[in-house]
Amino acid sequence: MEVLAQGIGAIFTDPDADKARAFFRKKSRALKPKVMSVKEAVEKFVHDGDYLCIGGFGANRIPAAVCHEILRQGRKKMGFAGHTSTHDFQILCAGEVFDKLDVAYIVGLEARGLSPNARKYMESGKVNVSEWTNYSLSVRFKAAAAGVSFYPSRNIMGTDTFHYSGARIIACPFTGVKYAAMPAIYPDVAAIHVHEADIYGNCRIRGITVSDLDVARAAKHLIITCERLIQNEEIRRDPSFTSIPYWCVDAVCEVPYGSYPGNMYGEYFSDEEHIKEWLKVEENPEEFKKFLEKNIYSCKDHFEYIEKNGGMHKLLKLREKEFMFSKARD
Amino acid sequence: MTELMAEYNTMELMICTAARELEDGACVGVGTGAPCAAAMLAQKAHSPNLVILFEAGGAAPLIPEMPISVGDSRTTWKAVMASGMCEIMESACRGMLDYTFLGGAQIDMYGNLNSTRIGPDHQKPKVRFPGSGGANDFASFCWRMMVMTPQDPKRFTEKCSYITTPGWLQGGDSRAKSGLPLGAGPYKIITNMAVMDFEPESKRMRLIAINPGYAEKDVQDNCGFELLKAKKIVENKPPTKQELHFLRDEIDPYRYVIGR
Repeated sequence: MEVLAQGIGAIFTDPDADKARAFFRKKSRALKPKVMSVKEAVEKFVHDGDYLCIGGFGANRIPAAVCHEILRQGRKKMGFAGHTSTHDFQILCAGEVFDKLDVAYIVGLEARGLSPNARKYMESGKVNVSEWTNYSLSVRFKAAAAGVSFYPSRNIMGTDTFHYSGARIIACPFTGVKYAAMPAIYPDVAAIHVHEADIYGNCRIRGITVSDLDVARAAKHLIITCERLIQNEEIRRDPSFTSIPYWCVDAVCEVPYGSYPGNMYGEYFSDEEHIKEWLKVEENPEEFKKFLEKNIYSCKDHFEYIEKNGGMHKLLKLREKEFMFSKARD
Repeated sequence: MTELMAEYNTMELMICTAARELEDGACVGVGTGAPCAAAMLAQKAHSPNLVILFEAGGAAPLIPEMPISVGDSRTTWKAVMASGMCEIMESACRGMLDYTFLGGAQIDMYGNLNSTRIGPDHQKPKVRFPGSGGANDFASFCWRMMVMTPQDPKRFTEKCSYITTPGWLQGGDSRAKSGLPLGAGPYKIITNMAVMDFEPESKRMRLIAINPGYAEKDVQDNCGFELLKAKKIVENKPPTKQELHFLRDEIDPYRYVIGR
């Protein structure tokens, strides 16, 4: 197929669908319990140099416990999909975890402002950056989930976003119209936080799914954290609620309030006070170091982090906010 | 002028101006902040069947209060569907989204936007911004892209350091030749001073309306390139009492957006 134009950005993962098929041929389909701690899951499935994808939407339904554990275990030189990554990006930048980055949305926390530390890291020259858009990364996961090597899309053409991407422009074999060919991303590992899962990894998600259903299928290894474990009988009682099947999943970690300080649809709202504190403390590197020591490095797990930031009292307030729609930005 | 300015601020006027563009039955893709306030206002004031879509998947919610994220649970409050990013962007690419509102650190005379970086070195930028997010996607696909932005000569620049999001690209027929869907593109630019559209042939930005209290010279002085001028430049209508009531009492009672 003739390539009409080509971006100069790097492609950090191999889009070859046959190589991916060879991997998935060997991936276990066994119906076996996969319950483990977040610590164990990160030890087993997240390695230096891996390409990582974090589910959810920045500060909504994010696997925060996995992000913190990646810092605690000191992972480095990873590739990362900056797909509407906001608070998760802020955490990973604090650990300088990645040095290869596909960008769709980074550095900012939407209406809350920009992260000073993430910005500093991105302006340091330490990260090899390839530029994309939210939809571009969505279809790159969609291609991988479908087992093909690229997906045609009609965005980014004519812009610098194309120029700094790894996309290529091709002509439709039927109409001759130009399309941007988006190379598939098969992440080495992805982590997704869900509402409910059984011990085998069958998952239920409420609210928006962002790109998670494709990410779950595209990823070679998948860590699921869930608000609660449910019985397999419950999954089988009505399979219409299952959106990720167990054969995609490698680890199941029960982490109630696992998206904290992010929002979890129908469960609890984001802790805006704490996120504001993050943004503020990043302005002072010394203070930020202490803040990270307190909130991440010295914590045994996610619950110790939550306890240090208000514990059950705080969580009940956030539940109230989610249900009562009291002032969202208190 | 002073009397009018005491009654409303420029952010309120921008939101009202934007809301008036959204007719009943239309479909709009929005982000947080002022665009969301404009869509909410349109829904309350004159377009009860306005379909509001959020890129993360929220589809046609009855938004109870200003969301802080385009993916937070307010974006699916009493919605008809909680979907995903492909659902929303595919709808846009299919031609179902009429409008979107965007912004950026820089905008040029063809409505191209920069929200990625300042400085020449991409791998080591002087200032790094968030990047496209869904902006490039919405601007590529939605029939009419609008921008709500404060106006100053630095932001309204001769040449963007980086084009994140397509406007009319290099003007003329350059956008049509690029491969982007035909017929879609920048429509109106709404600022604290004025409203601009784009001259149909050259696709250059053109002044069509001025906000009360400003003169043509103010608008040009706060723009880093030469603005074309419509044959007839009208004065933009100030907010009505009813619009202000919706905005202040129902949409943004804590003045997160309009208070600034």
